[in-house]
Amino acid sequence: MLSIKCPFCGYRSQKEFAYGGDGTIRRPELNQDISDEKWNEFVYLRKSPRGKHVELWHHTAGCRQWFKVQRDTVTHEIFQTTKINEEIK
Amino acid sequence: MSQSYRLSNEGLLNRNKEISFKFNGKKYNGYEGDTLASALLANGIHLVGRSFKYHRPRGFFGAGVDEPNAKLQIQLNGHSEPNVNATEFELVEGIEASSQNCWPSVEFDVGAINNFLNRFFPAGFYYKTFMWPKSFWYKIYEPFIRKAAGLGVASIEKDKERYEHKYEYCDLLVAGSGPAGLSSAYSAAKNGAKVILAEDKPRFGGSLLTDDVTIDNLSGKAWTDKIITELKEMPNVIVKNRSQVFGYYDHNMTVMFERTGDHLENKPKYTPRQRLWYIRAKEVLLSTGSIERPIVFGNNDTPGIFLCAAAKEYIKVYGVLVGKKPLIFTNNDSAYETALEFKKQGVDPIILDTRKEHSSELIETAKSQNIQIKFSYAVIAANGYKKVKSALIGELNNDKTEFKNSEIIKCDCICVSGFWTPTVHLASQSGNKLKFNDQIDAFVPNISKQNETSVGASKGTFTLKDTLNDGFKTGFDLSKKITNNNNSTSTPNSNETKKNPHDKFWCSPLPKNKNFKRFVDFQNDVAVSDIEVALREGYRSIEHVKRYTTLGMATDQGRTSNLNGLQLVANVEKKIVPQVGHTTFRPPFTPITIGTIVGREVDMEYMPTRKTPMHTWHEKNNAVFVDAGAWKRPRYYKQGKENLFEASKREAKNVREHVGICDVTTLGKIDIKGPDAAEFLNRVYTNAWLKLPIGKARYGVMLREDGIVMDDGTTTRISENHYHMTTTTAQAANVLSHLEYYLQVVWPELKVNVLSTTEQWAGAALAGPKSRKVLAKLFPDLDVSNEALPFMGYTEGNLFGVNAKIFRISFSGELAYEINVESDYGLFMWEKMIEIGKEFNIQPYGTEALSTLRIEMGHVAGPELDGRTIPYDVSLEGLVSNKKDFIGKRSLQKEAFNNSDRQKIVGLVPIDKKTSIPEGSHLVLNKNAKLPNPKLGHVSSSCWSVENNNPFSLAIVKDGKNMIGKKLFAVSPLKNSAIEVEVISSHYVDHEGKRVRS
Repeated sequence: MLSIKCPFCGYRSQKEFAYGGDGTIRRPELNQDISDEKWNEFVYLRKSPRGKHVELWHHTAGCRQWFKVQRDTVTHEIFQTTKINEEIK
Repeated sequence: MSQSYRLSNEGLLNRNKEISFKFNGKKYNGYEGDTLASALLANGIHLVGRSFKYHRPRGFFGAGVDEPNAKLQIQLNGHSEPNVNATEFELVEGIEASSQNCWPSVEFDVGAINNFLNRFFPAGFYYKTFMWPKSFWYKIYEPFIRKAAGLGVASIEKDKERYEHKYEYCDLLVAGSGPAGLSSAYSAAKNGAKVILAEDKPRFGGSLLTDDVTIDNLSGKAWTDKIITELKEMPNVIVKNRSQVFGYYDHNMTVMFERTGDHLENKPKYTPRQRLWYIRAKEVLLSTGSIERPIVFGNNDTPGIFLCAAAKEYIKVYGVLVGKKPLIFTNNDSAYETALEFKKQGVDPIILDTRKEHSSELIETAKSQNIQIKFSYAVIAANGYKKVKSALIGELNNDKTEFKNSEIIKCDCICVSGFWTPTVHLASQSGNKLKFNDQIDAFVPNISKQNETSVGASKGTFTLKDTLNDGFKTGFDLSKKITNNNNSTSTPNSNETKKNPHDKFWCSPLPKNKNFKRFVDFQNDVAVSDIEVALREGYRSIEHVKRYTTLGMATDQGRTSNLNGLQLVANVEKKIVPQVGHTTFRPPFTPITIGTIVGREVDMEYMPTRKTPMHTWHEKNNAVFVDAGAWKRPRYYKQGKENLFEASKREAKNVREHVGICDVTTLGKIDIKGPDAAEFLNRVYTNAWLKLPIGKARYGVMLREDGIVMDDGTTTRISENHYHMTTTTAQAANVLSHLEYYLQVVWPELKVNVLSTTEQWAGAALAGPKSRKVLAKLFPDLDVSNEALPFMGYTEGNLFGVNAKIFRISFSGELAYEINVESDYGLFMWEKMIEIGKEFNIQPYGTEALSTLRIEMGHVAGPELDGRTIPYDVSLEGLVSNKKDFIGKRSLQKEAFNNSDRQKIVGLVPIDKKTSIPEGSHLVLNKNAKLPNPKLGHVSSSCWSVENNNPFSLAIVKDGKNMIGKKLFAVSPLKNSAIEVEVISSHYVDHEGKRVRS
């Protein structure tokens, strides 16, 4: 079980969080023409990198904030967690 | 035979308390402080079980977690537990133990025929035999294997014991209380760290209880007691015995079980049987010690054969002799300590040492006490079936590949030592890639991946002096890192005997023309010949050899077999052990009960129960409840001898004819506030939201980005920047997360806040043609006319002093209102409605009638919004705006979503107008068509239409828009039914929707 540092609440057990997928995905702007291919990529295609991965987590049983986590998918080491509007360095 | 192998003066038992117990129906006595194993051995009982595959007689081999054989069925406190390790189980008054895997008895076991047929049971026997013919699998092979598999019998009774979970945090967790653990825990605690010291056994001290050493001029036991007493008095230390750290997970999360109950004679009612600890430690110190490994020889599984350290522990801790004519078989010095302990008790051992004649401190001591030592000797095989009677021994040639001679030597037990294997399980689980140390012929921890450090024997340090130095230093260093304190404790002086290097001898050669079984893995009956077969058949990877032969796969996880197995593979392959590698160490270290893992999450505590404020009224009025997620909802209110069908029909009919009242508190409610709330709703829902006036509700549908319908519900504009959203009961949590995601991650510029208010409001739906009359009496001051409060209108009122929100919305298709009050007034509101509605024939209705009403109206719900349907499929395409963008809109352009024969919702009526159509039935054109019969769709919801008095169903069917009027079959192979149905519109009642607007 991971120990995740919520940027708002501090270290909490993984039990309190929900995983939210790839944190680098940007939703296409509203009211823009977008090709099938690009839309498809946004909805369905995700990388599954070995190693460092920026992902979203949601503190569902806590402050209910979404935030970014940079985690190693092999070792589960967490390098950094930030608020959504902050950049992972 | 009463404890004839018990020594009178030795051991750490409470001799004042005698304990009686039963084994295989016979009564025996032991003392408080015994394990089941030591008590049986004190009574001279060695034969305790039959082996897994060949049903060979088996006895005790170890004295703790190393034990591969003595797994017993235990009856205690009215429950029966299989596979209990007798060497770990503490004796308590009244327990009954019995042997497993034998029939009719352990003394005479029919299954032992397998032993004589053993050449027909080679490695991979099951894989080879049960493959063919295929038809035999289900009826013959599987039942046979199931019967033969496993050892004990799991109880089918409910486990009445109590188990608990506990969470703990500390600076330093120390696993194991031998010299390494005690010294590091002590020096860390003295330096201010918060320490948890965990010891698996009931007694602290590990090897200090049995080794002939002194620390600080105290015996090992005395020093242990002194340190433990001091640690227990320190407020920053938790000291736990009977507690095993059995798993090491990510981010220094370890799990430990504590045996809290089984050793107590009269366990208090609320004392748990076992407790599971989740411990998150900043640093973990592994002082798990080492386990002696055996030397492999012929018939080495005969009862009466022990590890040397176990024999010593039985003498020193339990005051029990495992034999009175012991033969010691060793490749190293530590076995001499066992010999000396025997000698101290007046028993003359004979030592066979595989090493050539040489000298060491221990050898000289043994010689000076006239102990007979035969150098360059090994045991070829043990003789005796149910107990060792003698041993065939021989002198080894120069390169130890053959015996020069052989002779038979009388003995009643053989104690074997093949040197020591560090217990590296937890280190390996933590991610530490082990390395092979060829000084000790074993794997040791290498580079830590997490904050863990091994100290002492668990990393291959086998001298007390080095262990203590390392322990005191590591404890200090780790604590300093955390506390920044600088109070170091000096290492006390210690005394021990110096030991010579061991001999790399691990398996006795087989003399020509002899065919002794030489076991590597006792618990899974894997012999040298089995591993050789696997290698001959081409298995190379150690992981494959393990699975093919089942080497090391039993509950003892190969604690005594692992390295010898690897050694054998290496020898045959002409490799060295590090090239062979090792198999994976997995938690738990020793078996753990399912109850401990489950903890208190059983029965009522399995998940929280959510009850509405009106729950007590429902109970009093004979509601039959149904689970809706964690909620309890009334399914129907039973009157007299009604069944579900009759009651729901009555309730639904009453709504259509008079007025009904339904508890809708469970609907998800989300409060949405902020200047951008309208814009946000406009993006979330498929329809337009910018122009919804204050005081109006609107029905909305929301999609996922892939175009699939996520949820539906009404949202009401309470004031300028304040909306009240409702979701379905099932999707409430998902919708809230969904909204939060878009507000926080995707469109953080929108000034909107969302908050769940599901539990803050109690809701009641008032539905039926007479509902307005009830409403008018509930709110005499309020104008509730169709003009003042039209369909989809909203107003607030005063319900006998309670503020109420009144929504004119309808799920039943009738004139209907939903009234919300603060939860605390929910019951008050409900009772008022029942009281006032009496003259209008009001009746409560449950979820079954609710479903009936919505199905015959053609309103979609969970079964239709099943994560596979787009708005068109459920005839909600009219709500999809083409003027604005929203979540998931782009996906609706997908080709598959726009096929001309796209699936669509329809209604179904059976041709005979009588037979109900099972939900989940498949729709086909021809019920007798050849398989696979093309499926056109499925039945999603079924009811008995109270309006038309015949069955009616909703279905989602291919090309639904062109299917109206066609005849199909609804087939359900599970229910063995095939019903001819006519496809009609999904709106079976009130096509124009007049009633809701009346």
